Amino acid sequence: MADGRMEVRRRAGLRLWLSAAWLAVVVVVALLAPHLAPKNPLEQDLFSGRLPPFWQHGADPAFVLGTDSLGRDVLSRIIFGSRIALSVALISGTLTCLIGASLGLLAGFFRGWVDLVISRLIDIWMAFPPVLFSILLIAVIGPGLGSIILAIVVIDWTRFARVVRAEAMAQGAMDYIASARVAGRGRMGILWREVLPNVLPIIVVLLTLEMGIAVIVEAILSFVNLSISTDFPTWGGMISEGRASVHQAWWVLVFPLVTLFLTVLSFSQLGEGLKDRFDPVLR
Amino acid sequence: MNYLSVRHLTVRLKGGGLLLRDVSLEVAAGEVRGLVGESGAGKSMIGKAILGILPRAVEITGGQIVLDGTDLLTLPPAQRRIRIGATCALIPQDPLTALNPSHRIGRQITDRLVDILGWSRMGAEARALELLADVQITAPEHVLRQYPHELSGGMRQRILIASAFAAEPKLIIADEPTTALDVTVQKQILKLIAGLQAKHGTALLFVTHDLGVVSKVCQSLSVLYAGKVVEDTTIRRFFAGPAHPYSAALLAATPKYTDPTAGLNPVPEAVLAAVRAEVEHG
Amino acid sequence: MTLLRTILLRLITTAVTLFGVAVIVFVVVRVVPGNPIAMMLPPGATQVDIDRLTAFYGLDKSIAQQFLIWGAGVLHGDFGTSITSRQPVLALVLGRLPATLELSVLALAMAVLMGGAAALTGTRLRGTRVEGGIDIAGGMALSIPDFLWGLILILLFGVLVPVFQISGRVTPSLKLPFSSNFYLVESLARLRFDLTRDLLSHMFLPALALAIPLTAIIAQLLKQSLKETMHLDYVTLARTQGYSEARVIWRQALPNAILPTLTLVGVQFTFLIGGTVIIERMFSYEGLGNMAIDAVINRDLPLIQGIVILFAVIFTGVNLLVDLTYAALNPRLRHG
Repeated sequence: MADGRMEVRRRAGLRLWLSAAWLAVVVVVALLAPHLAPKNPLEQDLFSGRLPPFWQHGADPAFVLGTDSLGRDVLSRIIFGSRIALSVALISGTLTCLIGASLGLLAGFFRGWVDLVISRLIDIWMAFPPVLFSILLIAVIGPGLGSIILAIVVIDWTRFARVVRAEAMAQGAMDYIASARVAGRGRMGILWREVLPNVLPIIVVLLTLEMGIAVIVEAILSFVNLSISTDFPTWGGMISEGRASVHQAWWVLVFPLVTLFLTVLSFSQLGEGLKDRFDPVLR
Repeated sequence: MNYLSVRHLTVRLKGGGLLLRDVSLEVAAGEVRGLVGESGAGKSMIGKAILGILPRAVEITGGQIVLDGTDLLTLPPAQRRIRIGATCALIPQDPLTALNPSHRIGRQITDRLVDILGWSRMGAEARALELLADVQITAPEHVLRQYPHELSGGMRQRILIASAFAAEPKLIIADEPTTALDVTVQKQILKLIAGLQAKHGTALLFVTHDLGVVSKVCQSLSVLYAGKVVEDTTIRRFFAGPAHPYSAALLAATPKYTDPTAGLNPVPEAVLAAVRAEVEHG
Repeated sequence: MTLLRTILLRLITTAVTLFGVAVIVFVVVRVVPGNPIAMMLPPGATQVDIDRLTAFYGLDKSIAQQFLIWGAGVLHGDFGTSITSRQPVLALVLGRLPATLELSVLALAMAVLMGGAAALTGTRLRGTRVEGGIDIAGGMALSIPDFLWGLILILLFGVLVPVFQISGRVTPSLKLPFSSNFYLVESLARLRFDLTRDLLSHMFLPALALAIPLTAIIAQLLKQSLKETMHLDYVTLARTQGYSEARVIWRQALPNAILPTLTLVGVQFTFLIGGTVIIERMFSYEGLGNMAIDAVINRDLPLIQGIVILFAVIFTGVNLLVDLTYAALNPRLRHG
């Protein structure tokens, strides 16, 4: 039995490292995109539209993963698409985390009317279908990178607020908080010095998971043509095009889909792996 | 002819130490045998081994459990299960957790009669009513329609006793059936078990740590220490003067049977050490 | 008595939540840049035409006034008129609702069956490789959202091995004898199993995409509470009575393990319904979600409002239903 547990632990460790490695690759690719991409991702060539990937009959070796219906290089577009995906993941993940976790901490630690207002807001938010809400927001404020980030923050802050509130409540009920209070610490001081460090592991886990969600939300919005300008390469936009021509040119859908899949999986496996690592701290 | 013979039974933790060492004990038809020892001695483990409900982490590595002439350990698992279900019953320790909170009392008594033993639903229900009257439950029709949480601990233990006797088992294992109950209720429950046992002539293995209980219901006694039977005797001989030093110490530690004015005497450490050495090397 | 109070309290909070939703949607929708009225009229329209139509849709009044008028209408079942199709919002929305309901309930049924089977199998074979396999598959299923599952399923079973349809709700050339929009239900009621088959071949992949994450959640939760239950005394007692392991799990453990799972499944079911928006779009399935995205793209304010409110009603309704079912199923609560 002990062997089995070791086995699980080892495999979980492997998953964690594989996820981290893939994300590192994506980060490097995004940073070096102009140097790595073989073609200009926006360059159209109507004479070489829907070329298959290199190993198939009729391929042009210059377009390693083939071209889309407008003759744009799929590989270059995936490479440049990573920039949008990562920007959205980092910026909106961090902002969502800051806002959601702060509200959750306040509600969970101070209780009273603060908690009442924030909890009711969370309830109302939970009654919205999230995808529809984000689409509605983007339609209202107009497409663009800023809009996507704003939409994700507005919709997903409850994810942090709910969990952090519960955790802060649990911490607030523990003896060490009472003794800190007896020792004459101020409430803000206790929140900052005592509660926050104990809630931090779960916030880090949520942040990692949120980045994966942000990547997906961006892809969904691109999929319904509400992300940034349709020219600019995004994984979701490519997937949307690929879905439309899936019977004629499967590679336009498959390659960005695999990239998106691996990235989302890596974020969530990283989050789960961190959760397991922090487990003795959490429970 | 002994109805149950456990012979040289050895049980160990998978990949770990021995829990039962070469345990042998016999229960004759209609006999009540007490099985005493301090907690952790392996008393309950014997009952579990007989009934085939050992935890997964535990395995039987040797010996026989002969029930009515058949060694249970040689039967295929499904047959063994059905044979135990048809001929044995368990009166569990904690009545609060031994009834399923989702099912009505009636179902919990009758289901097994119908499912396993092939009774008719009507017959099983009539039997349940009769049994509840036997264990002195008033308004049995009403109780059959109730859920466990609506009943007191004593009521639940009566129901579990009724259920144990429902299929006229040949052997009942009572696993500390009064430990979880109030002292006042304990007496009534003991009386009930003893009365039903006498009426049905059931063989009863009574697992307990309480020598007072043993003196009231049992005819014979096995004393267990660290997974080994250190004394196998009759009640009369045991209370007249146990043969084994551990038994003697155990008896001495139960003040009521020696000197009512004395306080509680723990078993002397020297005796324990000697017994431990004997069990482990002998 | 306490049960009644709980129900009453839940009804009140539900009403407050719905009011909050209505206010937020109304305000958000009112700040849409660009005049939707101008977009409706042909290029040569005069300012007078624009003003007249603006007044017709009530867009010339203040936001508070508009909200009161709209709110009063909603209470009478009048959700306004769609700007693009010029039909009553309520009729449009209710016309599409059955398609979405059928898809969500089918997905829920698939998730309950698959998740339940996985949990029972995992419990029966606990400690074996099978249980480990179920855990790993569940972890995978859970970390991939329905959006990606939809695309993966399209590739696998729509393109690579084309056994299912990947577009629409029903083959367009079929003559449909239905009098309501509950196609699937009606095809069964009228014994037109040829149509049922066609409908299911269209619904299977989108329903599966929605069901996979929920399946994993049910499998994990139910297996965990089953395993906890398996150690309890009444389960051990049933074993001594001659019940087989499978029957012990089914009869003794399952009824007690279901309750804790139920509450969470309720919340997760609302997530599933939320997922229909993008999945319907992906599979060109003519339901509410697909209509919602069209409405957003066309800036059809009254229609957007109506759809979001309807979704919110469904979400809160499901949660209410779960709470009430929990109370009804739990013998402890039922008998006070």
